[in-house]
Amino acid sequence: MRDVAFGQYFPGKSLIHRLDPRAKIILFIAYIVILFCTFSYPALAVTTVFTALFLIGSGISPKFYFKSLKVIIFIVLFTSLLNLFYGSGEPVWQWWIFKITVNGINRAVFVTTRIICLILASSCLTFTTSPTELTDAIERLMKPLRVIHFPVHEIAMMMSLALRFVPTLLEETDKIMQAQKARGADMESGNLIRRVKALVPVLIPLFVSAFRRAYDVATAMECRCYRGGAGRTRMKQIRMARRDAVAFVVMALVIGGVIVCNILFKTAI
Amino acid sequence: MSCVLELKNLSYVYGKGTPFEKRAVNRVSLQIHRGELIGVIGHTGSGKSTMMQMLNGLMRPTEGQVLLDGKDIWAEPKKIREVRFKVGMVFQYPEYQLFEETVSKDIAFGAKNRGLEGAELEKAIRDAADFTGLKPELLEKSPFELSGGEKRRAAIAGVIAMNPEVLVLDEPTAGLDPMGREVLLSQIMRYHRERQNTVLLVTHSMEDIARVADRIVVMHKGDLVMFEPTRRVFSQGERLTQWGLSVPQITAIMQELRRRGLDVPEGVLTVDEAFRALLPLLKKEGKLW
Repeated sequence: MRDVAFGQYFPGKSLIHRLDPRAKIILFIAYIVILFCTFSYPALAVTTVFTALFLIGSGISPKFYFKSLKVIIFIVLFTSLLNLFYGSGEPVWQWWIFKITVNGINRAVFVTTRIICLILASSCLTFTTSPTELTDAIERLMKPLRVIHFPVHEIAMMMSLALRFVPTLLEETDKIMQAQKARGADMESGNLIRRVKALVPVLIPLFVSAFRRAYDVATAMECRCYRGGAGRTRMKQIRMARRDAVAFVVMALVIGGVIVCNILFKTAI
Repeated sequence: MSCVLELKNLSYVYGKGTPFEKRAVNRVSLQIHRGELIGVIGHTGSGKSTMMQMLNGLMRPTEGQVLLDGKDIWAEPKKIREVRFKVGMVFQYPEYQLFEETVSKDIAFGAKNRGLEGAELEKAIRDAADFTGLKPELLEKSPFELSGGEKRRAAIAGVIAMNPEVLVLDEPTAGLDPMGREVLLSQIMRYHRERQNTVLLVTHSMEDIARVADRIVVMHKGDLVMFEPTRRVFSQGERLTQWGLSVPQITAIMQELRRRGLDVPEGVLTVDEAFRALLPLLKKEGKLW
């Protein structure tokens, strides 16, 4: 249960770690857009190389990136297979209703690379940015929405509370599962219905304790005179620095490169 | 005496190969005889809980073996559930595992998993409730209506109902009021006496352990540093202090009296014992008559 690598934060001092979280989120969004706007192999190569560069720059062992990929391996295989048989044009290989075309192969390669890059990049974001930094950044980025009475602070607070309790609830689940296993609960065998039923002894105590914790946290917040976001200052101010500007420039270069590649070369997908 | 549990060179490493790698239990070997009441003490993070979870196969040792009745419990990983019925484990704050509609159904959960049915099951529930001092009228209530102490008893009863050969209790008295501790402890002792079962008791309370344990396992940073009869362990107050532990208050007082030249025995464990040791001295000095 605790081996879930996706969404975990690894403290560190690498360049990627030190980037402003706001910059990281904006860059991440730009990255996704450009990733899905690659229409030629050279453009795909540019984004792949870029991805490799910032993964190395994060200073986190490749093992954890592989672990995060393991979770989605089936989705990747499934979509790439589907795309492989979905192309149009002259078939390269045909059997019954299945045919593979050059177009299909291209599609499969693009989809696979894009999903893998997407997962790697989002892992990189969560590996190098602590949950508090992330929610702070989101709150700051959404600030303009306050004009239309969007409850920015409340949403951010809910997000940080939720993120804060992910490890706690995981640990709790682990404990409860251990306790029920110690009473002979069998969670590893049987058909689907039996397995779902086996979850009841875990889920009920988990819900009970989640509610208990919610009450505790609410009381604790009230004891500290929490009254919502109005007039609150922060202990840790986030500031853009020169390295963030450099990161934006690098991103702009990558975007430029992809656009140039898209214009110069065309791959049918 | 026959040996019911044996640990051979047992180790457990958390997060192997990550930056958070930690050796929680380090090459522990020991033998526990049938019918013994063993106390397990150690500072927070000394690896007690991890070691306990390896005893019934909830955690698989990184190295070494756990032998139950002379057989390696991981010899057949598919049969690990049977080991869990033989080595009953009560976790810290076990009240958070309750989930059934009624207390008696919850107590029955483990026993049912073991395959008990009908009258046999009824008897197991009744006996377990009796051992833990749960009043019969509580059995048909929802476990969530009980008080904290009652919940704790219900949870312990749920493990006792499986009729394990070895009962492991991880800090069963934590968070209870003094009266609750006292009662629970004497119930555990009664269970131990009447069933003649092996009991392992993990605790931070030196007073509790001094009263009930035959032998004590002392853990420090994952190492087994001492495994001796209770009296011998508590005669070595200085060494215990090194490991962040202490001796019971009464033992410390008697030790001090001894140091000041009073003729009292070493390693006094309970107030009763101290009373009996001091009485003749006071009589001799004529301060008591």
